[in-house]
Amino acid sequence: MPGWTWPGTTETLRAVALRAAKPLALVLVCVPFAWLAVDVALDRLGANPVEAVLHRTGDWALRLLLCTLAVTPLRRLTGWQWPARLRRILGLAAFAYAAAHAATWLLLDRGLVWEEVVADVLKRPYVTLGFSALVLLVPLALTSTRAMMRRLGRNWQRLHRLVYPAAVLAVLHFVWLAKAGRLEPLVYGTALAVLLLARVPTRLRRGATAAGA
Amino acid sequence: MARHRVPRIRSSEITPQAVWEGRREFLRLALGATAALAVPVAAGDVDATLATAFPGLVRTDLGAGLKPTAREVFTSYNNFVELGSGKEAPAENAHLLRLRPWAVRVDGECEAPGEIGIDDILGRFPQEERIYRFRCVEAWSAVVPWVGVPLRDFLARFKPTSKARYVAFQSVHDPKNLPGQRRPVLAWPYVEGLRIDEATHPLTLLATGCYGRPLPGQNGAPVRLVVPWKYGFKSAKSLVRISFVEQMPQTTWSKLQPDEYGFYANVNPSVDHPRWSQKRERRLGEGLLASRHPTAMYNGYETEVAGLYAGMDLARHY
Ligand code: HEM
Repeated sequence: MPGWTWPGTTETLRAVALRAAKPLALVLVCVPFAWLAVDVALDRLGANPVEAVLHRTGDWALRLLLCTLAVTPLRRLTGWQWPARLRRILGLAAFAYAAAHAATWLLLDRGLVWEEVVADVLKRPYVTLGFSALVLLVPLALTSTRAMMRRLGRNWQRLHRLVYPAAVLAVLHFVWLAKAGRLEPLVYGTALAVLLLARVPTRLRRGATAAGA
Repeated sequence: MARHRVPRIRSSEITPQAVWEGRREFLRLALGATAALAVPVAAGDVDATLATAFPGLVRTDLGAGLKPTAREVFTSYNNFVELGSGKEAPAENAHLLRLRPWAVRVDGECEAPGEIGIDDILGRFPQEERIYRFRCVEAWSAVVPWVGVPLRDFLARFKPTSKARYVAFQSVHDPKNLPGQRRPVLAWPYVEGLRIDEATHPLTLLATGCYGRPLPGQNGAPVRLVVPWKYGFKSAKSLVRISFVEQMPQTTWSKLQPDEYGFYANVNPSVDHPRWSQKRERRLGEGLLASRHPTAMYNGYETEVAGLYAGMDLARHY
């Protein structure tokens, strides 16, 4: 499907957007981390800094994961090409925040008390859910290079469908840990539902053509 | 299966001698020697705010040796849903609490029910300072120098009858001014309760201040309950009504999530919250690299209060 075209300088604008998108996105996904680092350095994280780091890294992991999932619907909707170029950066950034989040929990919150770590992962549903989400993201991060993409061929796409259950688990993780009355889990849950449902029509159409062929 | 190792005790976790000795002092106090040990603060060693806020404040040795959490910390990280969800919202919205006029109605199974204004509470009852540990059900903790009146002295004025087996505490209800009460987050107004013997235990405090100053809104101004051996949600804030009742009161959190929040809610490291462990707690204000502290049975007040629960199955009555 062709995108709508701008008159006049369209082609150059598009070229610039395509070229600038990646470096700009790279800078943007680092901003929350830099901001957190500044807050740590200036001791601005308040009464419970470990919790603050956990919350901020967790929030950004989930937001970036949802941004990753927004790429395809956005491209279909607008015809723009540049979002597709950002998918890898967004996905890897989501993983980086999730890994930082889990490391904060392991090192600062649990202080590497392994008995507690294991018990939490096995017994506390919200930790089990977050842990499972992270485990699903690991192979995706490891196979995110172009070389891996080429090597895995069609299986690469299959493998990367793991992003859907990972996102569902991450949202459930938030729903489960949130205290009564918090609205954010609901907001993220709705956003995820919209992003998943947006894929249904294309899937159905593709299924139909496949069956007809 | 996993083998269980005995957890190593780090030196930082061992209670300093001074604290331990403070606890012995404390016990003597709790056993009734309050008047003998309490020292009226001489005008010279009180700072100006303290002197004007609580003239005649009595300093006790309760909690001597405990190092209080910084005031800015304990007044900026609060659960007070009436003033908003999240830990910072209560401090931001504290100005929305209308603190004067303020009265507490005392009613129910008593011979002398009545209403008492906050300034009468401050004027008629000698205010004393006590340093208590504070443990939230969310596994964080603090050490707080409270100012207040032993609840038993306050309650005695209203002459409870033998039918008064429980005491119910009701917090402010003002949805017009309090943003959290405009959403049905909890069933408003907030209600808490104690057994009569818990309410009249010498450690139970009706607090009017902390850190030598009147309570800030976010900490439950102008008058709140403080029950140091129970999880923080039992210590209801901004009280407007205290009722002597015969039946166990239906309390807000235990009604909403009965499997997570019980009526007793005694601090107990061996009974986990369904969603997290209660074995260790994070002390507020200790920084990013500090480790958690082991949680003590009854928040460290076991000698004083264990007798209240003799013979009870604490895993069932959590
Ligand atoms: C080993 C894996 C994980 C562990 C152990 C873990 C643990 C935690 C903990 C302890 C909290 C704070 C709970 C509280 O303060 O009550 C939290 C919050 C959160 N986590 Fe995770 N998590 C994991 C993986 C993830 C992943 C993969 C994501 C998203 C992609 C995620 C997103 C979040 C979010 C959004 C929050 C809530 C932050 C807030 O309250 O604002 N977590 N997690």
